[in-house]
Amino acid sequence: MEHAIRLTSVSKTFGAVKACSKVSLSIRSGTIHAVVGENGAGKSTLAGLIYGMHQPDCGRIEINGTTVSFSSPGEAIAAGIGMVHQHFMLVPTLTVLENVLLGLEKKSLLSPLDLKNSGESIRQLSLKYGMAVDPLARVSTLSVGEEQRVEILKVLYRNARILILDEPTAVLTPLETRQLFAVLRSLAGEGKTILIITHKLDEVLALADTVTVMSRGSVTGTLPCLETSKEELARMMVGRSVLLRVDNPEPSPGNIVLSIENLGYRTATGLGKLEAVSFSVRSGEIFGIAGVEGNGQSELLSLLWGLRERGREVSGKVLFEGADITRKSPGEITRLGVSHIPEDRLKHAVVAGFSVAENMIFGRHREKRFHRGFGFDRQEVSRYALKLGETYDVRCTDHVNTPLGTLSGGNQQKVVVARELDRPGMKLLILAQPTRGVDIGAIEQIHRSIIAARDRGTAIVLVSSELDELISLSTRIGALYKGSFRRVFTREEVLEGRRRGRPFEEELGLCIT
Amino acid sequence: MTVRTFRFFIPLLAVAAAALCGMAIIALSGRDPFMIFAKLFRATFASGYGTGQVLFKTTTLIFTGLAVALPFRARLFNIGGEGQLQLAALAAAITGALLPPSVPPVAALPLSALAAMAAGGFWGASAGLLKVRFGVNEVISTIMLNFIAQAATGYLLTWRFAEPSSEHTAEIGRAAMMPQIDDLSGLLAGSPANFTLILALGAALCAALYLFRSRGGYELRAVGLQPEAAAWAGIRSGRHVTAVMAVAGAVAGLGALNLVSGYKHYYEAGLTGGFGFSGIAVALLAGAHPLWIVPAALFFGLLEYGGLAVGAYVPKDIFMIIQALTILIVIVLNAKKP
Repeated sequence: MEHAIRLTSVSKTFGAVKACSKVSLSIRSGTIHAVVGENGAGKSTLAGLIYGMHQPDCGRIEINGTTVSFSSPGEAIAAGIGMVHQHFMLVPTLTVLENVLLGLEKKSLLSPLDLKNSGESIRQLSLKYGMAVDPLARVSTLSVGEEQRVEILKVLYRNARILILDEPTAVLTPLETRQLFAVLRSLAGEGKTILIITHKLDEVLALADTVTVMSRGSVTGTLPCLETSKEELARMMVGRSVLLRVDNPEPSPGNIVLSIENLGYRTATGLGKLEAVSFSVRSGEIFGIAGVEGNGQSELLSLLWGLRERGREVSGKVLFEGADITRKSPGEITRLGVSHIPEDRLKHAVVAGFSVAENMIFGRHREKRFHRGFGFDRQEVSRYALKLGETYDVRCTDHVNTPLGTLSGGNQQKVVVARELDRPGMKLLILAQPTRGVDIGAIEQIHRSIIAARDRGTAIVLVSSELDELISLSTRIGALYKGSFRRVFTREEVLEGRRRGRPFEEELGLCIT
Repeated sequence: MTVRTFRFFIPLLAVAAAALCGMAIIALSGRDPFMIFAKLFRATFASGYGTGQVLFKTTTLIFTGLAVALPFRARLFNIGGEGQLQLAALAAAITGALLPPSVPPVAALPLSALAAMAAGGFWGASAGLLKVRFGVNEVISTIMLNFIAQAATGYLLTWRFAEPSSEHTAEIGRAAMMPQIDDLSGLLAGSPANFTLILALGAALCAALYLFRSRGGYELRAVGLQPEAAAWAGIRSGRHVTAVMAVAGAVAGLGALNLVSGYKHYYEAGLTGGFGFSGIAVALLAGAHPLWIVPAALFFGLLEYGGLAVGAYVPKDIFMIIQALTILIVIVLNAKKP
C-alpha cells in the first residue's frame, strides 16, 4: 500500500529549542496513525510541519509520494490535508452551513451563495459518516461534540484525504468520544488517512492502527497498536517505568469534616445549577465527583471556596467541622485549614509573572513564618521553595528568578500541588482536575502525593473528568448529572469496580451522560 | 534571560531612536540638528541655572510619574494626575497662606504637604471607589474628575481665593516655603530647584520598596498580574484598588509642593501646566518601575526645559514630537516578541 505521509529525517528548531530532531515517519493511506508523547515532546510541531504552519529546517516531507514544501496551511489544504484543532475555530453566530462554507465563497462579493445545494451536500456528507448535525442550526446552539463534527465536516467538504486531529477528545464526554471514534473508523474505511495527536494511551490503543511515540523531539519508536500495551507506551514516553495506576491502600476514614446538606444553586438569570445535593466527606477518605463539565461542578467548587457570583441564590448548607462556611471569604476558609487546587491553574492558582518561589507562597503569604518586617523573609521563602521543589520534584534551576510561566504545565501543577498539600493544619483538600494537561510521569507523582495526604488524615474532595483517575483514587464516587447526584457509589462498590476495570468505567460513564 | 535583557534596554533604545527622529525633523526644518542639540546642552546641563531648571521640572514629573506607575501595577490606568495635582496645588497654597505667622517651618511645611496629599489623595480615592463600588472604568472616571478639578479650582480661585485685582492666591507664609537649593548651598544659581527634589527621590525609593519588598506590594502586583488568582488566594482586590488610587493621588499632590511651596509661593491658573499628563509618558517610558521613573522624569524634564531654551531656533513643538515618539517606540518595542 502506498504511503500518504512520509517524513524523512525532518528537523525543526525554534530559537535554541529543538522541537523536532531527525523525525522519520511513514503513514500508509487508509490507516489511523496516532502520535503520542508528553507535553513538549514535539507532537504539535510535527503536525504543524505536515500542515504547512511550520517549515522544516531540513529533511523531506512527501505527501502521496510527491515531495512537498508548503509555505502556508493554504497550500496544505490544496494538497488534500485538513486539520481539526484542539480549540475549535467556528463563528458561533453563523449556522453550520455558513461555517462550513466560510472561506470558500468563490463568487463576487455581493452575489448570493448557493446555500441550497451546499446544504444538501453537507447533509449527505454528515449522514454518510454518521455525524448527525443540522446544517441550518446555529453553531452557538450546538454541543461541544457537535461543534467538533462541524470542524470535521469543514475539512471533508474541502475534499481532504488526510485528516490531522490535535487532542480531539480533550473536551468530549465518554459517549461523544465513542461516537467520534466510530466516525474516524468509517473515514479510514473510505480510504482517508488519519493522524491523531493525543496523550491518552487508552484511546490510542482503542482506535489507532499504528502508534508513534515521541520524546524530547525525537521518535522513540513506531509500533502496531495490536502488539503494544499501555505500560510499554508510557515507558517509551517517559523513559522509565511508570506506575499507571497508583498504589491505593485501604483508607481508614475518621470523623466527618465536610458535610453538604441539601444544597441548591441558582444563577442571577435564574438557571438552576445545583439541586438537593447532599454528601459528606470524612477525614482520611477521598470523595470523587464524576461529571461532564457544566453539570454543576464549578458552582459547587465556588461555594466550597467562598467565591461569590453576583446575584446567585444559594439554599442549603455547607458545613465545615459543623460550622457553616457559605458566607465566608476565601481568606477565612483557607485559615480554617482548607486547601484547594482549582481546575484552571493559570487563571486561578498561580501568577505566571511571579517567580516560582513567589508562587510557592501565593495564598499562603499571610503565614507568619514567611514574614520579616513589612515584607518577606526572603531567605526563608527561597529555602522553603527549594525544599518543596525537591520534595515534589519541580524541575527548575533557579526558583527565585525563574518566572513560573516559563515552566512546563506539569511542573506548574507540581508547584500548586506542593503549596496546597504542604499547608499547615490542612484538614480538607479540594481538588479539581488535578492532573489536567500534566505529563504521565508527573501524574504518577501527583497521585502519590494525594494518597499520602489522605493517609495523613486529610478529607479530600476530588472533581475530575478522567474516570480512570477517579476510580483509582476515590474511596467513594458521586456521579453528578444536571446539578444533582444520579448515583453515589459506596466504598465497596468502588473497590469492586477497581477490580472490574473497564466495565465499571463504562457503568460510571453512563451515570453522567 | 535574552528577553529580560532586551526589555531592560527598551527605554534607552526608544530614547535613542526618538532622538534620531527628532534630529531628522530638525534637519528638515532647515536647521543643523547638531547645532541645536549643542545649544540645548549648553542651555541646560552646562550651566547651574539650566541644570536647576531641568531638575525643577524633573521633581514634579517624578511625582506625577509615580502617580501613574503605582496604579499601573494593579492594572489601573490613572489619567487623573493632572486633576489630582491641580487640587493639591490649590490646597497647598491656601493652607500656606492661611497658617498664622507664628507656626514654625517644622510644622508649616508638613501641614502644607499634608493638605496637598489629602486633596490629591481624596481625588484619587474617588476614582478608586467608583471602580470598586460601581465598576466605573478608572480611565473614564479620572478623565471626568480632571474636568471637575479644572472647573472647581478655576471657580475657587476666581470667586473665593484670588487676591484683589490679581489672578493668583495670596502668597504663602515664609514658614511654608520650601528652601531652594540655591539659598542653602549656592548651587544651581537662581534656578527654582528646591528641596522637594529630595522628597521626590525618597518617594520613588519608598514606592520601589513597597512594590517589590513589602507584603502589600506583593498582593498589589498579584492583583495586577492575575486578578482572578488573587481573589482565589484570598486577596481583597477592592481594598488594594482604592488604596493604590488614594496613594497615587497623594503622591501626585506632593508634586504641588514643588510648584507652590518651592517656587511660585501662590496658586494661579495654569500653574500645573500639563505636568499630570506628562507623568503618564514618564511612567510608560519607565515601564512603571519606580526607580526608572527618576531617569525617565529627568529625560522629559530635559526636553521640556531644553525645548523652551532653544525656542529661538526651532519651535518647541519638535521636542513634544520627540517625547511622543519615545512613548510610541517604547510601546511598539514592548509589544514586539523578541
